Amino acid sequence: MSEEYDLILAGGKVIDPASGLSKIGDIYIKGKKIAKIEAKNLLDSKRSKKSKDDRIIDASGKIVTPGLIDMHVHLREPGREDEETIYTGSQAAAAGGFTCICCMPNTEPPIDDQESVNFVYEKARKALCKVFCVGAATKGLNGEELTEMADLKEAGAVAVSDDGKPISNSRIMRNALDYSRMLGWPVISHCEDLDLSSGGVMNESYTSTLLGLPGIPSLAEEIMVSRDLRLAEFTGGRVHIAHVSTRGSVELIRAAKKKGVKITSEATPHHFSLTDEIIKTFNTNARVNPPLRTQKDVEEIKKGLRDGTIDCIATDHAPHSIEEKDVEFGAAPPGMVGLETALGLVITELVNKKILSWEEAVAKMTVNPARILNLNLGRIEVGGSADLTVVDPKTSWTVDISQFKSKSKNSPFEGRKLTGRAWMTIVDGKIVHRL
Amino acid sequence: MKLKSKDLLGLQGMSKQEIDLILDTAVSFKEILERPIRKVPTLRGLTVVNLFYEASTRTRISFELAEKRLSADLVNFSANTSSVQKGETLKDTVRNIEAMKIDMVVVRHSASGAPHFIANCVDSSVINAGDGAHEHPTQALLDLLTLREKYKSLKGLRVVIVGDILHSRVARSNIWGLSTMGAEVAVCGPPTLMPYEMEKMGVEVFFDLDKALEGRDVVMGLRIQLERQKGGLLPSLREYTNLFGITKDRLKRLNKNFTIMHPGPINRGIEITPEVADGPYSVILGQVTNGVAVRMAILYLLSGGEKKVE
Repeated sequence: MSEEYDLILAGGKVIDPASGLSKIGDIYIKGKKIAKIEAKNLLDSKRSKKSKDDRIIDASGKIVTPGLIDMHVHLREPGREDEETIYTGSQAAAAGGFTCICCMPNTEPPIDDQESVNFVYEKARKALCKVFCVGAATKGLNGEELTEMADLKEAGAVAVSDDGKPISNSRIMRNALDYSRMLGWPVISHCEDLDLSSGGVMNESYTSTLLGLPGIPSLAEEIMVSRDLRLAEFTGGRVHIAHVSTRGSVELIRAAKKKGVKITSEATPHHFSLTDEIIKTFNTNARVNPPLRTQKDVEEIKKGLRDGTIDCIATDHAPHSIEEKDVEFGAAPPGMVGLETALGLVITELVNKKILSWEEAVAKMTVNPARILNLNLGRIEVGGSADLTVVDPKTSWTVDISQFKSKSKNSPFEGRKLTGRAWMTIVDGKIVHRL
Repeated sequence: MKLKSKDLLGLQGMSKQEIDLILDTAVSFKEILERPIRKVPTLRGLTVVNLFYEASTRTRISFELAEKRLSADLVNFSANTSSVQKGETLKDTVRNIEAMKIDMVVVRHSASGAPHFIANCVDSSVINAGDGAHEHPTQALLDLLTLREKYKSLKGLRVVIVGDILHSRVARSNIWGLSTMGAEVAVCGPPTLMPYEMEKMGVEVFFDLDKALEGRDVVMGLRIQLERQKGGLLPSLREYTNLFGITKDRLKRLNKNFTIMHPGPINRGIEITPEVADGPYSVILGQVTNGVAVRMAILYLLSGGEKKVE
């Protein structure tokens, strides 16, 4: 092997949805960049002296994808470092196969000015993966006054959102969509009509009827999705609908896309793999916002993923301490961690069940979110960042929260058997996770 | 025969055999309540904690009496005079109480699922004395006992539950219990107080009280709370009474030998007129008497007792 490479991923199946590449190949990495891509398996010719050179990684039987991007995580720093920090969140990301995560601004205090964005990037320098910051759309997430978005952009933020809550005032949402047009940014919208969801702790359904728990109707989300896509159509601004959870939302987004409205959307692994029936044991780790819905919603989300209505898969990774979750169902805060189970759920629930092809699934976790956020990432190309995820598509494993890198363990997937997992994660040419 | 679970959390999923066992045992205990000395040594040495996180008169006194009649030691806890005021979590509270060596916990809580949560935290038997809008199994069991005394068998009995079904744990437990025992159950109330997909529970849903009462044997009224008006669920109690108030005039539609029930506390003149509540067909006070016997039966059976009571 020539000296001009630092690392070679040899013989894996390379899937790069952006270029349409999908075959066995070798990827040569030099420094932080991809230096060469060859459509063959180096090890075939070097079988005899295999593993002599520890810079050659035998990826045969594995799938090599662009580094996975999660455009929706909560890292809790500043404010709740007991639940997660930017560093521990990046460890969880690396373990889950993510090379890039985008953190939401609902920290304490919120990320709503240059100084707070700078704080995140300062902390992110030590992170194992790339961390991008989503700035608040309104000052203090109060839903009343727009933030200095150009300032946020200058500091490196990649979008704005008041995620965790909606921008209830339609005029402010209209202004956010209008103002962000000049920045080329989407407004990431958490769609929830707070009057309709008020007091609710789970999906309003037959299950909430049985349990006597106050329900959140699906239309609390759909009414806001409907409003936002009308506002996007009217202003010409870009709206990105976060964590789509209902059948009606998928139908609304599908129709709007058909009309040419600038709307994109994401779904979380929990919304395509769980229904509200798991709340029958009052497991607080299943409390999340938007809530887990019903089977018909799950089916429609899968359909939306398949037909392209839903552009990406994002985790909405939301760490909470054990003390906060170890209470009566209604008293627990909503949210669940997701970085370390997302890839396994995508493979188990979507790829292996033929909902998505490998290429489609990878696109929704790489190039699609990159395009939405204007990130020059999410593809495998010579000269591009050597951010790569090597997936073992066959390995069976059982989710064990005690093994999580995340500081928080609030996962409803504990004990679930999954197929497929991140075998290796490479960020800027450096191996940050190896199974 | 014994009960399957160490806890009594709800009637959903409880078998007819188990319900019969509880009711038969309650009949034996009811006989004790008629004796001059209304006390037996059955639970001597056992300690029961009554954890009441929500106001209660009837249920609480009923449990206390049941425990005393069985010679159990009992401790009362109420949320407003405890460490809850200092921010202690439910889990810490119950684990601390259990550390003081107790055998059973009776819990009333405003959060649906709180007794299930407690049952997961402690080894003691947990008895649900009402959780949120979820279940109130002892209330439903005493209602079943009351009806069984009058009608012998509940099979085919036509029951309608009237009022705020959405917020009612009594309705849910009774629907499970009555259905398991073979009764035919309907619910009636305004659509704003009817839970989502209610009919899936196997009940017929009515918004018109007169239609709901047609050919019924039993009417169970539920308490309507003033807060529902503030929450925008009802325009006024006046209109509620006009539409859903159980009045003497409306009883004509019922079958002969009908029964009026109410779990209490009653808002006289709102969901039910005093005339009906106190009428000859009303078993409201009989329900209360049976409450003690049913709770004695449950305490006894969960403590490991088998059916025979001497």
